[in-house]
Order: sequence, then structure tokens, then C-alpha cells
Amino acid sequence: MSMDLCDLSASDIADLVKQKKVSAQEVLSSAFARIERVEGRSPSLEPGEITSEDKQKVHSYITLTRETAQKQAEAVDACIARGDDPGLLAGVPTSVKDIFCVKGTPSTAASKILANYTAPYTATPAERLFQAGSVMTGKANLDEFTYGSSSESSAFQPSPRNPWDPSRVPGGSSGGSATSVAAGESVLSLGTDTAGSIRQPAAFCGVVGLKPTYGRVSRYGLIAFGSSLDCPGPVSRTVRDAALMLQVIAGSDPHDATSATVPAGDYLAELEKGVKGMRIGLSPDYFRISYPDPQTGEYHDQPLPDEIAASILRAADVLKSLGAVIVEDVPMPNTRYGIPAYFVISRVEAASNLHRFDGVKYGYRTPDPTPDLKTLYRKSRSQGFGPQPKLRILMGMYVSAAQYSQQYYNRALKVRALIRQDFDQAFDPGGKYRLDTLLTPTTPTTAFPLGAVYGDSVLMQYADQLTVPANHAGTPAISIPAGLDSERLPIGIQFLGADFQEGKLLRIARAYEQATEDESWRKERPKVVG
Amino acid sequence: MIDPETFSHLVELASFEFEPDQADYLREQLNRQLKTIDELAAVPLVENLPTDIHGVPYPQVNSQELRADSSSAFPDRDLLTKQFPEFDNGYVIVPDIPHQEL
Repeated sequence: MSMDLCDLSASDIADLVKQKKVSAQEVLSSAFARIERVEGRSPSLEPGEITSEDKQKVHSYITLTRETAQKQAEAVDACIARGDDPGLLAGVPTSVKDIFCVKGTPSTAASKILANYTAPYTATPAERLFQAGSVMTGKANLDEFTYGSSSESSAFQPSPRNPWDPSRVPGGSSGGSATSVAAGESVLSLGTDTAGSIRQPAAFCGVVGLKPTYGRVSRYGLIAFGSSLDCPGPVSRTVRDAALMLQVIAGSDPHDATSATVPAGDYLAELEKGVKGMRIGLSPDYFRISYPDPQTGEYHDQPLPDEIAASILRAADVLKSLGAVIVEDVPMPNTRYGIPAYFVISRVEAASNLHRFDGVKYGYRTPDPTPDLKTLYRKSRSQGFGPQPKLRILMGMYVSAAQYSQQYYNRALKVRALIRQDFDQAFDPGGKYRLDTLLTPTTPTTAFPLGAVYGDSVLMQYADQLTVPANHAGTPAISIPAGLDSERLPIGIQFLGADFQEGKLLRIARAYEQATEDESWRKERPKVVG
Repeated sequence: MIDPETFSHLVELASFEFEPDQADYLREQLNRQLKTIDELAAVPLVENLPTDIHGVPYPQVNSQELRADSSSAFPDRDLLTKQFPEFDNGYVIVPDIPHQEL
């Protein structure tokens, strides 16, 4: 099994490029050679039949930006030749979820309604990546407007497939981000997480996904879904790379009033300090999962799958052996209400954000005859949006209607406050538990087969039941690989933390990563890479 | 429960139009989602529990100062106007705008 440049970590690549041992252009060539090998045909709005060859490829990207990348790589090499500092991410191939605007590139949100939209400006986190020397390989596929947990709802098909088993979903909505990183088509990816959209695909694809604290990373230039929940963040193959990328993208931004002014930490400096004396919690509320019965709609609690539960307990043992204190029975009683509250809050915010798409200012306009403006709106929106945005708009309008908003929207916001209280109590430095982190599974299952859940909007949402509480609370969380299940599919574990404590989470995750680096499962590679 | 009449009203407000089979699917999904949302009714809420807008608190020390209330021209106007589906001689073109004499 040979390693290519694109299989190296971002920190190794940046070091090699800065030391002139390889050029940014050589690294880029390696990434595009991998893309050539595993990507498959470009997704489109009219894909025709999905062929047997399609089913063996990963389809990470909506748009490949080879020319832009080449210019960026040349600029990095020229910067080094001049003796200047090219930045922390010098020459690192990076994909950008196609929910971010990047000037001069199609920025589609994986929707027909924005398929012809070319962004006139660049999102702040993407701009910061470019300023730090990263090289954009392309815009990664996702669920339409990020609305999903499998990436199957993209209007651009074939949708991404899991590199470990292409008959399985990669998760979502940042599915193309996770597949591009897992398959070596990029080394980093910029994703977004509204209910778990970084962490869940990271877990399914065996990579690292970090959802920062709400406000830690600017949302300027992000095509909005749930404005009180959306968090841009890194997808990477190592914890160090997640720290490196967060270092670059974190920090306040005058273009986003909700970006916090709390100074970003030095995430790299803290990374290797270990976990001795740190308090790591386990909660019974993250060891059971809820599912609605498809026939009756009644909810049933069931235990976590054994292999996932075992991976958590094993991680706790590893961290204990490194000197951490394990705190059991931490109550997080409102975890189970995360999805019901999310069904309300996210839909209200989505409906509000999607009213702007009207066929007048930008994006899709119906080619049908339209006698008046209302007909133009109706036809453009009906033809331009897929079923998931339509569902979210309709539900958002219903639960925020004057006669229902007290019953639904205001109540959901209060339940959100209860979820936040769970986190406050767990992490209160003067409280009973005084946690540094809560260790949980990232997902209730490993990657499920394509088509198994898609179309059932309720069951699909429950794929996020263990990740969404951190979005309600606004707190940071990281998912890291913790092994493979009996079907050779990655299992992810999650570390949850207090506001702006990303440094602590990265440090704990790094300690686990380091302690398990010689385990045999870490030598295995995704099937498509071979 | 979202009945067909309420659904049609929502569809009108949202500026959509659906074929009957798509409407049936969407309404069925919405009602299944509502059943999930109804779980919230069982959550005991203490009096005066505040609503939570962001999760993370935004005390002044974390928050940005408001920007000055001033505008500045976008540096490349053509990049914006190129996005208009129909644009002519400085105008965004749309069909007739329905109006009612008051």
C-alpha cells in the first residue's frame, strides 16, 4: 500500500512545502490524480441512469476548480521562492462545501434554484483559508441547502458515496466534504454543522469533524439555513489538522455580528498537553436512542448498538489510563427533545432564509410563460426547490403562524433553554460534575445503505439525535474515528465541551488519537482508495 | 394535524404549486413531523423559563460593536447585475406586478 502526497496530513504537507521539499503544485497534482482515480463523473441536474461504475465512485464534488487551484498553488510556490511566509496551510489541498460563496465559482447549495449562481464575493472562512496558503480543489457536494443527513437530497446526482463502502451513504449534509477528505481527494474541507452536518459524515467516513462554538467562526458568505444554529468548521484526517484549520478560520469578523469577540486560543500549543486530571463524563442519556415507529409514530427507546457502546467505554478506559478522571451518570435529560425542538426552530429559520429565492434577483427563473409576478414566484420556486426545502418552508411557516407560534415555536425555544441548562450543569466549574468534556457516540448507527432512509424525513432527522443538542446549546463538539464495526464501517466518538473550549476538546481528542495510533484498524484504508 | 385546506393555504403563502401526488407526500411528511414535534408538549416547563435564541450567551464582552449605519458601493456592480435572470438598461425585468387600486 503506497502513500501519495495527498495522503499526508495538512501539517506535514505545509512543512514540506515550506521547506521546499515538495512544491504546492506537486501536492496539487497528487490530489487531482486521486480525484481522477476515485471521483467518477461530475454530478449534474440531469444525470440519467446511475451506472454500475457510478456506484463504485465517491462523487465528492459538484465543481472542480482546477484552474483556481493551479493559480493558488503557483502563488504559494512563488511566495516561498521570494522567501515570504505562505501561511499555516501552505499548499494544502482543501475542498469547500458548496454552501459557501467563493468569488467567481458556482455556489449552488446543491440546489437547482442556485445551479446557475456565481458568487460575487468570498465567504470569510474560505477567504481565511486562502490567505493561509490553502489550495481549493473544488466545491463539495451536500444535501440540498444542507437539508439532510445522507447527502442524497442533492439536486446534483450522483450524490456522494461512502469511500469505505460505496453502497453506503457518507452522511450529511457535509457528505462531499467528508468523502473528499477520507478518499484523499483533498486534505482538509470546510464544512458546516447545523444539527451534526460536520460530525455525522465525519463519523461515517472515518475522519475528524469539528463543530466550533456558535460564533467562533464567521458565517459571512455562508448560504444560510438555520441562522442561530449554523457553524462552519473543519473536516480533516487528524486532530492536529483540525486544530490547524481552526486556528486559521476562527475569530471575529465585522461582516458577521454574531461572530464572537472572544480571542481564539492557540490550539496547536495546547494540543499535546495530555489529559491527566481532566474530568471526562459519561451520560446514560447518550447510551439510548429514540426512534419513531413508522406505522404508529410512537417513540421507542432502544440501547445503542453494542459495537458503538463498546467503543465509547473503550475510549473512556484509554483516557483513564492516561490519567483522566471518568465521571459516570452525568444527567443530560433533555437530550431526547433535541430533534423535536430542532424540527421547529430549524424550520422557522429555514423558511425565513429561503423566502429570498424568487427568480428575480439571482438563481433559477422558470422558462414557462408567466403573466404576472406571483406566477413567476410560484413557478420558479416550485421548479427550483427540491422536496426537502419545500418541506422545511411549509413546516416553518406552519409552526410560526400567529395561532401556533406559542404552542410550537416559543415552546421549542424554551426546550432549547433546557437543553442548554443540561450543558451548563455538566460543565459548571463550581458544580457537581465539573466536566472538561462529555464523551458520547457521534451517531446512533454506522453508515446506512443508500436509499434505506431517504424519503422518510422523520427517520432521517433522527440520524442527528446525538449531535443536535450541541447545536441547540451552541457549544463545541468534535467527532473522531474510534474503530471499525464488524462490516468494516467507521465508528465515530464525540467529545462535547463548554463554550469556546475547542482547545480542550482538541487536546483530549489528540490524546486518544495518540494512544491508539498503533491499533490495527488505523492501518486500514477506505475501499475506494485500495 | 395539517388538513388539506390548511396545506393549500400554506402552499399559497409559500408561493408553491404541486401535483396531487407530491402534495400528498409532502402533507403526509409534515404530519409525521408534527407528531414528533408534539413530543415537546410533554416537557415540563417552569414558569418564566426564558426562551433561548442562540444557545451561547452574548454578553457585551463577547459581542461586536454595532457597525456604523452607513453604506458603501459594492466594488464590482457588474458581478451583481450578471446574476439577474433578466436585466436591461439598468432595470431588473419582471412580469406585471399585480396591484389593487385602493
